[in-house]
Amino acid sequence: MKRRTFLGGAMAVAVLGQGSSASAQQPPIKIGMSMPQTGGLAGGGKASLLGIEIWRDDINAKGGLLGRKVELVVYDDKSSASETPAIYAKLVDVDKVDLLFAPYATVPTAPIMPFVKQRGLLLMGNFSFQVNSKVGHDMWFNNAPWGPADSWAASFLDLAQKAGGKNMALLTADQEFAQNLALTARDVAKKRNLPVVFDQVYPPNTVEFSSIIRALKAAKPDIVYVASYPPDSAGILRAVNEIGIGDDVKIFGGGMVGLQFAAVMSNLGSLLNGVVNYNTWLPEKSMYFDGTKEFFDKYTKRAVEAKVDPLGYYLAPFGYAMGQMIEAAVNSTKSLDQKGIAKYLRENEHKTIVGPIAFSADGERKETATLQAQFRGVKDKDIEQFRSSGKQVILFPEKLKTGDLISPFEAARK
Amino acid sequence: MDLLLGAVVLGVLLGCFYAAVSVGLSVSFGLLDVPHVAHPAFLVLASYGVYQLNESYDIDPLLAGLAITPLFFLFGLLAYRVYYETFERRGSDAAVRGIAFFFGIAFIIEVLIILQFGVDQRSVSATYIGKSWRFGEFRIPIRQLVAFAVALALTLLLAVYLSKTFMGRAIRAVAQDEEALRLMGANPVRIKQFAFGIATAVLGIAGALLIIVAPVEPTLDRAYIGRTFCVVVMAGLGSISGTLIAAIILGVAESIVLTLFGASWAPAISFAMLLGVLAVRPQGLLGR
Repeated sequence: MKRRTFLGGAMAVAVLGQGSSASAQQPPIKIGMSMPQTGGLAGGGKASLLGIEIWRDDINAKGGLLGRKVELVVYDDKSSASETPAIYAKLVDVDKVDLLFAPYATVPTAPIMPFVKQRGLLLMGNFSFQVNSKVGHDMWFNNAPWGPADSWAASFLDLAQKAGGKNMALLTADQEFAQNLALTARDVAKKRNLPVVFDQVYPPNTVEFSSIIRALKAAKPDIVYVASYPPDSAGILRAVNEIGIGDDVKIFGGGMVGLQFAAVMSNLGSLLNGVVNYNTWLPEKSMYFDGTKEFFDKYTKRAVEAKVDPLGYYLAPFGYAMGQMIEAAVNSTKSLDQKGIAKYLRENEHKTIVGPIAFSADGERKETATLQAQFRGVKDKDIEQFRSSGKQVILFPEKLKTGDLISPFEAARK
Repeated sequence: MDLLLGAVVLGVLLGCFYAAVSVGLSVSFGLLDVPHVAHPAFLVLASYGVYQLNESYDIDPLLAGLAITPLFFLFGLLAYRVYYETFERRGSDAAVRGIAFFFGIAFIIEVLIILQFGVDQRSVSATYIGKSWRFGEFRIPIRQLVAFAVALALTLLLAVYLSKTFMGRAIRAVAQDEEALRLMGANPVRIKQFAFGIATAVLGIAGALLIIVAPVEPTLDRAYIGRTFCVVVMAGLGSISGTLIAAIILGVAESIVLTLFGASWAPAISFAMLLGVLAVRPQGLLGR
């Protein structure tokens, strides 16, 4: 069921920013965005916003952009796709912001794509998946590490085939994001002549996964690719733990949303062990770049006050990186001309706290940096354990790798 | 064959759990004709109560469920009194306006839960969660066995209460003929209020089962509106034993479809069965 929130007319307008006497004469540079602060995507949205706010404070402490302070104009879109078109129209026509950031996630972003294309506006994407593939806007730049559409499934299946997987089971939520993943997984499997022995789409609201897992187990797959949403990820892992999944399974996971968030990880605890899943940033030694540690020091402190995800690995550093890219582009072009900024972003590689970022023509990463990592040695009810390295060992991409896959799945769970 | 047998066993367990979460509604909607669409929201609220006790004091979820039962009884008394004073007393379109009232309550509960606990999922810990019993290759999650046993006991207890005790029979009487009860010198409103209290109190235990079976989140109630009303109507309004039978039929059907035909069809099952039953037997399986 689509989640909505009923905090009704209370659309919170948070105009954030600090004035200072030094730049009082010059109006601030306004960056406008909507962000899910209530509703189903709020957990991610708030963490993402905190990352962006930390960048704003850092840049303002350095004197701002082009000598002007940076101010964020943020509206709550309530995780709803129906809110964002009006919000972005207001940001552009009423608030007259200088630059636009997209809200977190695919669903709220998709409906504003035609608008920004029509107006010729630069839009910095925030973790959407394939929203520009059909729109083809040349001033769209996604901060997410996804890369080419099929790389997500391909990297998981690479690992699986190396571990001896010869056929695949697909279990996916009936929901746009999961179905996009499933679609590419089926395509990649077809290209590699990998038979799909089980392919089930389960509806949102599924209460009990025991029956589904029993049916999946009966198909005796080697590879189990799961694209699930947060409420279901827990139910699936619990059922796998109770019903068992069979000794044939070499690798399990791939696209389970939710396992990136501290509350869910701490809830699931040891049930996570062995699961190979996607992620974006992890506290492994290969993931630290210039400024990464300093960012997380600040984030950890502010997350407590802001009551957001205490770890903040999944979204927050990418929110900061989005700001860093704008900072580099504006400083290099010495202007707020959106075409100029877009040209700069397209033609250069950008140093950020999540590593170097370069864009291909569609505004997605040239190369995927989506991690596939395996949970290991996770204990129950302990959030702090996830701050140390080794709990999620990076298996892919090669240049960020910190360990090898433990297979079969049952062996990795111990 | 093994798969089918497994699906039936898991279906019976799931069905009994559905009975437990529906049985309160069977009293409030089935017997008292209160359009209680906030029933699943009360249920989720109870789950959060259980979560709080389990998290803060490490109390077993079932005991926590039992502990909040009296509070839910009082909550039920209050909710009915407000509903009666503001809607039922004022005439014939009470049911329609009552739906709006209970929808409102459901939304308020949802928002309060979000404000207090946030949007994240919550779950409880207990020794029987996450383990399973093995019979050769076949495994049954113990949490489902616990839910099955408690649900069965709860439903039977309520059935006995309503048929054998004085108050239980008074509740049935008020459902049948309120006017006659008034002529006998009893106050039907107080009896209905008490019955609504019982229907809400039962949710303390049902809420514990809900969070034992799967993690909960604030908007989970919406997933249960369809299922619970379907069970109650299919059972025959007000029939407690019918509720158990209807819930088991629904659970088995869902489980077989999930296992053998594909998960996408599962949500359609409850309503397809409801339509089927209503077409053949409009009063429900064991209806009056």
